[in-house]
Amino acid sequence: MLSESSSFLKGVMLGSIFCALITMLGHIRVGRGNRMHHHMHHHLQAPNKEDISRISEDERMELSKSFRVYCIILVKPKDVSLWAAVKETWTKHCDKAEFFSSENVKVFESINMETNDMWLMMRKAYKYAFDKYRDQYNWYFLACPSTFAIIENLKYFLLKKDPSQPFYLGHTIKSGELEYVSVEGGIVLSIESMKRLNSLLSNPETCPEQGGMIWKISEDKQLAVCLKYAGVFAENAEDSEGKDVFNTKTIGVFIKEAMNNQPNQIVEGCCSDMAVTFNGLTPNQMHVMMYGVYRLRAFGHVFNDALVFLPPNGSDND
Amino acid sequence: MSEIHFREMASKSWLNFLTFLCGSAIGFVLCSQLFSFMLGEQDNTQPNILHNDPHAKHSDDNGQNHLEGQMNFNADASQHKDENTHIAERLYQKVRILCWVMTGPQNLEKKAKHVKATWAQRCNKVLFMSSEENKDFPAVGLKTREGRDQLYWKTIKAFQYVYDHYLEDADWFMKADDDTYVILDNLRWLLSKYNPEQPIYFGRRFKPYVKQGYMSGGAGYVLSKEALKRFVEAFKTDKCTHSSSIEDLALGRCMEVIHVEAGDSRDNTGKETFHPFVPEHHLIKGFLPRTFWYWNYNYYPPIEGPGCCSDLAVSFHYVDPTTMYELEYLIYHLRPYGYLYRYQPALPANNLKELSQAYKSEDSKVKSETLERKT
Repeated sequence: MLSESSSFLKGVMLGSIFCALITMLGHIRVGRGNRMHHHMHHHLQAPNKEDISRISEDERMELSKSFRVYCIILVKPKDVSLWAAVKETWTKHCDKAEFFSSENVKVFESINMETNDMWLMMRKAYKYAFDKYRDQYNWYFLACPSTFAIIENLKYFLLKKDPSQPFYLGHTIKSGELEYVSVEGGIVLSIESMKRLNSLLSNPETCPEQGGMIWKISEDKQLAVCLKYAGVFAENAEDSEGKDVFNTKTIGVFIKEAMNNQPNQIVEGCCSDMAVTFNGLTPNQMHVMMYGVYRLRAFGHVFNDALVFLPPNGSDND
Repeated sequence: MSEIHFREMASKSWLNFLTFLCGSAIGFVLCSQLFSFMLGEQDNTQPNILHNDPHAKHSDDNGQNHLEGQMNFNADASQHKDENTHIAERLYQKVRILCWVMTGPQNLEKKAKHVKATWAQRCNKVLFMSSEENKDFPAVGLKTREGRDQLYWKTIKAFQYVYDHYLEDADWFMKADDDTYVILDNLRWLLSKYNPEQPIYFGRRFKPYVKQGYMSGGAGYVLSKEALKRFVEAFKTDKCTHSSSIEDLALGRCMEVIHVEAGDSRDNTGKETFHPFVPEHHLIKGFLPRTFWYWNYNYYPPIEGPGCCSDLAVSFHYVDPTTMYELEYLIYHLRPYGYLYRYQPALPANNLKELSQAYKSEDSKVKSETLERKT
């Protein structure tokens, strides 16, 4: 009996030691996994009212200035008319906006990436931006010239989101196992994501310059694959009603779809009140959007916002 | 004898071994339970807005789950909860506008329906005027024929109908087409500076043919109560002619005859508020060719580009159904959060004292923020 109980006790001790060892080892991995797990949830929401009501009036200006957004627009010579429109419209609301082109184009100031390949352009642009501006901007927004963005709504969406966390958000699409942010809706990266991305860019195994074997993989998918290796996962940005905040279509397309599918609730079914992007606009439509977003409004409707954004200097269309 | 002993020994050590295994299993389980309990607590002490999202799963989440999760965290379902419409509501009560929309039987479903679904709801009273009655829509039957040459006749009959049935229900009487988009809040802001007992009317002022100018039909025009009374009177006493193929011009001529003033509807920076075309046509330089009639018709110097249009525009014309909803979304839904608009209009102090008080308190907040910018 005694020998049995002693062997039992020995067993218990060994079992617990073994378990403790495994848990400690796992906790380090699980711990990181937990942090990763935070960003495994694929639907990211806008701030809610409670978060906002706690901010005092004085804090609002300070808080508004804490968001520093650097805009990257990838352009090619064929996009010249859109490029001009984008330059004269929404990019004035970025803290800084730079155009990265495949080649030098007369009259238009841009940073020459010297390549026609979109993925290479994207990589080089991200590297350039990180090397030069990592200390000055905490959020990096990449867009095509056919996209219209409302940077104020982007900043509002990012309220309460810590840029030292690896955020990678926009309008997400699932392709097999891969969830990626569509470049058409605009891609948002926090400074932490930029850091991780840049550390991997030189590694040809995780971030190859040549994506697919047989046919080319689109640049936004390649970015997602690369970021995944760094533990950065795509998240779909939504408002408090579950509507997408980054859009890959124009307002007109949404309206037409709603007229067909839900004719009793057309405007309600359209788009978020705090939409950040629309894509597929013509240059003329960009100018109309500037007026429609930053000027045209109904008198007597007043809002109590947690942030304050001033109009840019020397501008006449907003 | 030693064999039995050996077997005994063997079975004993087997037993020992078994108990040892049992013990280690139990020890392991107990320990892991303890650890998971401890770690679980640690997780809970990290409140983070990210946790608002109940989903840790993949995209098999459907929208319904998402909304349910929302309700747990007391979040805002409506996007307009932060909106203060106090001033707009007071103006609604003080500046009563009756809108009548010029339409026809074949356009009720094609066009008028979309007017009804969007801006018409903001009129104090809205009437759809057609040649024949439609009880379901509902539309008033003016008992005329249809066609461009009937427009003036329909206009006269429509105003007559309004005068006969609704004169005391409104202060101002707005005429619009079924492809006009009207921003009622901005119309009220414009009209709040004036007295409905004044003989005056507003719209997009054109200069040819009539000395004081006349208002474009498509951009819409609005008559004061006094102007309406005089207009209806003028036909009883034959001061104005009934027949004309150009509705807006004929009305403008009549207005001059009966001494109703053609008002200046521009905002205090000189930008037009009533527009005969959609925003794109006015905002894009060179869209309307220089040879277009428009450049010679405008009473005030016509401007293309951002200076064309007031922030507080009142109307646009040639608006197709899709654009109706787009304008509705841009004006009443989409907005740049926290943006301090460049143009900060003032409410006149003479009329509507209480309204200007309410607005001043908003205005001072705006002013203090603007001051901060300058320092």
